[in-house]
Amino acid sequence: MAKTFIGGIHPPYRKEGLSALPIERMPAPKVVAIPVQQHVGKACLPLVKVGERVLMGQKIGDVDASIAAPVHSSVSGTVLSIEPRPHANGKMVNSIVILNDFLDEWHPSALPKPHLDKLSPEEIVALIREMGIVGMGGGGFPTHAKLKPFPSPPIDTVLLNGAECEPYLTNDHRLMVEAPEKIIYGLRCLMKAAGAGRGHIGVEENKPDAVLALKKVAALYSDITITSLAVKYPQGAELQLIRACLGKEVPPGKFPPHIGVVVNNVHTAEAIAQAFTTGMPSIERVITVAGGAVERPGNVLVRVGTTFAQVLEARGLKGEPYKLVSGGPMMGLAMYTGEVAVCKCTSGILALTYEETGAREAGPCVRCAKCVDSCPMFLQPTTIAHYAMKGRVDDAENIGALECRECGPCAYVCPAGIPLVQWIRLAKSDIYARQ
Amino acid sequence: MDIKKLTVSSSPHLHSGDTVRQAMLLVLVALAPAALFAVYHFGWYVLAILLTGTISAVLAETALLRLMKKPLTIVLDGSAALTGLLLALNVPAGAPLWMVAIGAFMAIAIGKHVFGGLGYNPFNPALVGRAILVSSWPAHMTAWVGPGLISSATPLAMQRAGEAVPPYLDLFLGLKAGSLGEVSVFLLLLGGIFLICKKVIDWKIPGAYLATVALMTWVLPARGQVGFFAGDPLMHVLSGGLVLGAFFMATDWVTSPVTKLGRIVMGLGAGIITAVIRLYGGLPEGVTFAILIMNGLTPLIDRYTMGRRFGAR
Repeated sequence: MAKTFIGGIHPPYRKEGLSALPIERMPAPKVVAIPVQQHVGKACLPLVKVGERVLMGQKIGDVDASIAAPVHSSVSGTVLSIEPRPHANGKMVNSIVILNDFLDEWHPSALPKPHLDKLSPEEIVALIREMGIVGMGGGGFPTHAKLKPFPSPPIDTVLLNGAECEPYLTNDHRLMVEAPEKIIYGLRCLMKAAGAGRGHIGVEENKPDAVLALKKVAALYSDITITSLAVKYPQGAELQLIRACLGKEVPPGKFPPHIGVVVNNVHTAEAIAQAFTTGMPSIERVITVAGGAVERPGNVLVRVGTTFAQVLEARGLKGEPYKLVSGGPMMGLAMYTGEVAVCKCTSGILALTYEETGAREAGPCVRCAKCVDSCPMFLQPTTIAHYAMKGRVDDAENIGALECRECGPCAYVCPAGIPLVQWIRLAKSDIYARQ
Repeated sequence: MDIKKLTVSSSPHLHSGDTVRQAMLLVLVALAPAALFAVYHFGWYVLAILLTGTISAVLAETALLRLMKKPLTIVLDGSAALTGLLLALNVPAGAPLWMVAIGAFMAIAIGKHVFGGLGYNPFNPALVGRAILVSSWPAHMTAWVGPGLISSATPLAMQRAGEAVPPYLDLFLGLKAGSLGEVSVFLLLLGGIFLICKKVIDWKIPGAYLATVALMTWVLPARGQVGFFAGDPLMHVLSGGLVLGAFFMATDWVTSPVTKLGRIVMGLGAGIITAVIRLYGGLPEGVTFAILIMNGLTPLIDRYTMGRRFGAR
């Protein structure tokens, strides 16, 4: 039986047909708006001025902070303005707006790096930072910061997340099928940088072609294992992935390095390989464009800084979407405008119709305990929500509200339609506000 | 491209489509075979009892919702109909219709709405209704009859009186006296398994409940008897309201624990109380009070059975 975790749900995957569509490159738009913050941590400061000509791959923003990653220009052209623009995080974020000259003239720094055998772990970590690599599964945590974490036991395993358990999304699937060599090369870079003796890739078994492609390449390396995982959401949640692949649990409040594991997305590994072998920093990525309101769904290679509206225009819309989601439908964020730019951690753009979301009014909790049974963190979502409603902040904290990863099965299964994740988020923010 | 109106809300942006109404309807479907068997077994009058219970409960719910200025659409969730049917299934086949109507009204009013309606009631409303009827009209509530409404003792009463109990197969198929819904153990089991497969109820509560009663009635000597391991567990499981209570009442979502371990505790506790009442109590049957007592303990059970959180030892 395929490996998995306890709890979780089987939502409709809605990947039929989508996972067979090869990655298509979308031409760069006339104007790109590159947010100076595309990662968790400190925002970058612009390194260029309005009116300045910039080249493709040129570093245009950076900051001296341990948890941050620089940003690079995804086109060559002229800086039109540097101004706050709507961001996928819901806030206005300073963005460098560049008029594309369509020459795609590369910056001289964008040169292939030496083979990883010739690089030291420290050099690899430094290069990963310099190339602006961040977690591309959606988290956006700077990858270099994961590799030299706070004092922790030695890292023995680098685990790549190829589960792609979110419905609709097939971008990682396509990448695993089309670029397995790059993913394995990226994994080896990460293993060397972290000093890990083992590499592991977990893939849900509904992607047999991806498993096969990765296994074929991984056969050359005895220290890399490819694991088929049961199809269940949230199989790709970091802690559940570790549990499924390695049989270990990260203690509450701790991070994976605590048990000697570093988890990265397969797309992150691919971006590392791309950066090392071609010299191209993180300026483009594969996203899945899907949803009932999209005319031509697909897996699209998009330049960072392209807006959601531009992507949707290229794919066509049928009717007005009810929701526009950045990421997957279970954990993605609902956008209030299409003027949000694709950044390094945007895994999907979903234009969903009212019908497919199953949106509904909330009723009173009937204590059916379906949320409890579905919670992969073994929490009591309904009880935390109840405390949140009543302002019982301490009680919410005592029963583990902060351990919630907001993965969403509780709200998905709730027959009363209670937005449990929203209530738990409120509980968490109340707890943080008190601290 | 022009996107005019976007809805922004917290993730997830998908829902299973499951509703409370759907679950209530599934329970009604699961109860239907046993209810129809009661009509077949006891006669057409039973149909009047079932309809009286169900309709009275729905009318009571509608009236109370109106009184409390809540949306009347709530009545469509099916919970009132289910309470009414369960109450009706808990009376003897000769019960007067006015009593059934009062019981259904009490179940909805005292069992549910005084606490704030669906989701807030601490006790199983149908059992509250039954408890009120048992204490108000004990004669009507213990006037047990068999087929043709001919007076007959229930198997548990027969056993207490030292009389011969019907064979196991008759107990299993429902050829005995008893309240409407409890007689056909076979059809109740079918309905219960259906609900488990449909994931409406968890096997843990009925599983622990039945196992505990079986174990205790087997091991412990009843009052006036001597010697251990001499009981008749099969007779106990197949008699009285145990199977109806274990699958359809103790599993009531609102009034049973939400934690996984808590559900075992619920079944275990109800089993212990039922067995103690049956073996040593003043009544031949103890399912109603066992479940009501465990309902009262549910908040405490939930609090102390949270269990291990992910990553904790």
